[in-house]
Amino acid sequence: MRIDVNTSVGSYPWRRVPGTSPAALRAAMDRAGIDTAWVFHLPGIAWRDPMEGNPWLLDACAHEPRFTAVPAIHPGLPDWERELEGLQQAGVRIVRADPGWYGLAAAGPEMRSLARETARVGIPLMMAVRFEDGRQRHPLDRAEELPAAAVRALVREDPRVRLVITHADRGFIEEVHFGSTPDESSRIWWDISWVWGPPEDHLATLLETIGAARFLLGSGQPLRLAETPIARLDLMDLTGDDRARIESGNALALLGRS
Amino acid sequence: MLIDVHVHFLHARSPRGDWQARNESRMRAAERIGITWQVSSILGTWGARSPIYFPSPADVSLANEVQREIVAQYPRQVRGYVVVNPNFTEHGLSEIVRGKAGGMIGLKLAASRRADDLMLDPFCAAAGQHGFPVLQHVWQHRRRDYPGQEASDAVELCRLARRHPTVAFILAHIGGGGDWLHSLREVRRAPNVFVDLSGSGVDGGMLERCLDAVGAERLLWGTDLTMDTGLAKLRYLERLLDAEALDCIRYRNAVAIFPAASFPES
Repeated sequence: MRIDVNTSVGSYPWRRVPGTSPAALRAAMDRAGIDTAWVFHLPGIAWRDPMEGNPWLLDACAHEPRFTAVPAIHPGLPDWERELEGLQQAGVRIVRADPGWYGLAAAGPEMRSLARETARVGIPLMMAVRFEDGRQRHPLDRAEELPAAAVRALVREDPRVRLVITHADRGFIEEVHFGSTPDESSRIWWDISWVWGPPEDHLATLLETIGAARFLLGSGQPLRLAETPIARLDLMDLTGDDRARIESGNALALLGRS
Repeated sequence: MLIDVHVHFLHARSPRGDWQARNESRMRAAERIGITWQVSSILGTWGARSPIYFPSPADVSLANEVQREIVAQYPRQVRGYVVVNPNFTEHGLSEIVRGKAGGMIGLKLAASRRADDLMLDPFCAAAGQHGFPVLQHVWQHRRRDYPGQEASDAVELCRLARRHPTVAFILAHIGGGGDWLHSLREVRRAPNVFVDLSGSGVDGGMLERCLDAVGAERLLWGTDLTMDTGLAKLRYLERLLDAEALDCIRYRNAVAIFPAASFPES
């Protein structure tokens, strides 16, 4: 079984991207052999109120059993706590925030509050380091990338905080993992969408030094090809157990499913 | 057949203590992917004794010699480009002659001098004499100068290509950083510029736009520093194209622009 934890639907503000509809995402999953996907609403990252994309996302996911919704919470807007509680009561298992896109300090008081609240209601918080290579971004796309220091700060807000970080590279992951206590790092999961395979073998190194338990299959599709993380795993010498953990086991355990 | 037109090997004089492991990893991954031929270049001592993109003549000579040794070590898997630093004209031209005699099949221009600089002309003329294609390192839509390299973009490469219409040029790593949409707009009207698909970038829509811009007839498959992304792009193309178009990208275009008999069937 394969779960892609890093997918989106909806258009991207900065360039034309094919395959952004729910149907196209399904087709890409079929093409790449992906069974289920965690999905967020891509246009919402640039909206003044990203939470306005949540109803559409939840509706799209309600009609597609292979999708798990990852709605957005903007902790700088009034009454966001009620949005979070409502999502939790509606059965949402994970939420996301993109502080750089919201114009918030990544480890500022709003994000710290969000980390504490997600911990209190028992929901993991997903954040992306980036969506595109910084060298190709639109001249007006100046959203700050998520800094590693913010991940370390947020995981320390509450011993129940759980973070899922996407689009991080090897250096970022190592900085956070080895800059955290074993308890802290055990509450952070990383997708492999931005971790290089051979010949640099960054992912192989991380699996050796950190272990497979911390990693999730993620592609970043449709902004990036769905095939990439699978090709990455195909080029590695992984045990069947480790591959199964990365492809689905860790994600299922994180959301309390089996 | 599958030809990787953008490959680098490390060596003992590079700063990397893990150079052998990286080279072995590349060969292992190549076998898994099914790469028949890897066309490689080495940029001096990779920064150990002179900058990667401004290698000294001594480091250029060393790197080209190591490249020839690697070809000799893997005669049925690896081919090589001659690397030059165009700021050293006589030295670079002599390296091309030495490389040709040693079995090299292409010229690699990195970022020692802007691609449209007239100083590159004698090197491109020499490449033309030997039937070498020219692989030019490109920063897709370079909006400013970056430290450590005198990088070029597609506009500059295409100016050079227009001055040498009988030479095939390879725009390096369309997925290797920068605004690839900008590059694709430029290369569509440069018939002797081919686009190498290597690089860590695996943007959705990039391959479709490459096909729109230059067609399967001017695309070359490659990996550069990330073979996993190369494999992902290949798998995507397999779903996108018919067998004939796919073969153009896998090897036919490369066979056409490198010297005859560079890639005998393994």
